[in-house]
Amino acid sequence: MSKKILLNSKDIEIILHRLACQLIENHNDFSNTVLVGLQPRGSFLAKRLADLLKNQYHIKDLKLGLLDITFYRDDFRRREQPLTATSTEIDFIIEDKKVVFIDDVLFSGRSIRAALTAIQSYGRPENIELLVLIDRRFSRHLPIQPNYKGRQVDAINEEKVLVTWKETHKKDAVYLENN
Amino acid sequence: MPELSVDHLLGIKYLNAEDINLIFKTADHFKEVINRPIKKVPSLRDITIANLFFENSTRTKLSFELAEKRLSADVINFSASQSSVNKGETLIDTVNNILSMKVDIVVMRHPNVGAGVFLSKHVDAKIINAGDGTHEHPTQALLDSYSIREKLGNVKGKKVLIVGDVLHSRVALSNIFALQLQGAKIKVCGPTTLIPKYISSLGVEVEINLKKALEWCDVANVLRVQHERMDINYFPSTREYTQLFGINKTILDNLGKKIVIMHPGPINRGVEITSDVADADQSIILNQVENGVAVRMAVIYLLAQQIKR
Repeated sequence: MSKKILLNSKDIEIILHRLACQLIENHNDFSNTVLVGLQPRGSFLAKRLADLLKNQYHIKDLKLGLLDITFYRDDFRRREQPLTATSTEIDFIIEDKKVVFIDDVLFSGRSIRAALTAIQSYGRPENIELLVLIDRRFSRHLPIQPNYKGRQVDAINEEKVLVTWKETHKKDAVYLENN
Repeated sequence: MPELSVDHLLGIKYLNAEDINLIFKTADHFKEVINRPIKKVPSLRDITIANLFFENSTRTKLSFELAEKRLSADVINFSASQSSVNKGETLIDTVNNILSMKVDIVVMRHPNVGAGVFLSKHVDAKIINAGDGTHEHPTQALLDSYSIREKLGNVKGKKVLIVGDVLHSRVALSNIFALQLQGAKIKVCGPTTLIPKYISSLGVEVEINLKKALEWCDVANVLRVQHERMDINYFPSTREYTQLFGINKTILDNLGKKIVIMHPGPINRGVEITSDVADADQSIILNQVENGVAVRMAVIYLLAQQIKR
């Protein structure tokens, strides 16, 4: 198994600042915008971006929610391994809000499809955008594209993009693994 | 990745502690789902479930039906009183006829002990026991433990008293199995005629004095006197039963501590429990009903996960 580093912690920090600035460009003071991290892996990126926006860019009332999509996935009973749910933490109203989904890697687009259905349980948003750290090109099963992306990667299907965060792996990094 | 160790939910005695833990963790997520503005997830949209009730039920039947609908399953209902069972059809024939309509899961309540186990050996569907005679009522025991866990943080080490008609209660037996798996201490209290003789072999203590029993416990699960299952008189009068084993506010106020009151329903107000106790803030009877939907969603979801096409 070979492992190649795609982004180191410095690269990730620069990207996070860029993504934060792009969000501010489109959403101003976030008064009508909510950030929703997709559980489990998108939540780290979402929390990091939210911290950055609050502390470095002085966005006061930033709303951050975490959405679990397990019960909305299209591969229930079709996988070898059973699905394990994580918690959903959305304590605000989505109705007429601009929602930004945040996930670490965009691959087939099926998770985002599930998230688009799941979020409807909390109301009808004005619109939904997608922010990802890594966009794996040419691997989509559905017509879904990100509005904001950290880095675009061309990887073949056997390769795996692995994102690690300080909070869980002591180091911010993105790797390309080849089995 | 966790998965249930069983193919059907026939009784708590077939489960292990990890199964119960998995069901509770899954139920936590479903409890969040049923408190959303839109209380429905699409997980089971290609699953069909038959609710077969060969015995009367209000709460359990509604709770199962709601759980199934909130998971987006297709649901068909069947009550023995309106069926061909009255025309002499056997259980296997009835169920096989229903299964030929492509049903994946059967939820069954039946007056005969072991009906669920019998069915699981003869038909090709997941079976969930919703009460078999005086034997087991596993989902009730799961929701009872889940409610204790929610109220007190943990079931382990808690002292749980089961009061009333233990002899005829499937809720009591399933609760004993479930609580023991989770490390709770259990006592039963009731007229000696309504306490089964073998109960001590399950590691359960008997206390005849209600006041002493209540002083001992953290949680009292109060059972209904099941007159419909009694072919003889087990106690002289309802009035005497109420005087000796009925729980009222005065007894509770004199305990010197606040215990949690539970009841699986239906309540006979003024018999085993007075209205002011049933409606008191230490009673979690309505929480039990709400948790019932979440726990049943978890059980159905986890069993449906095993169905491969």
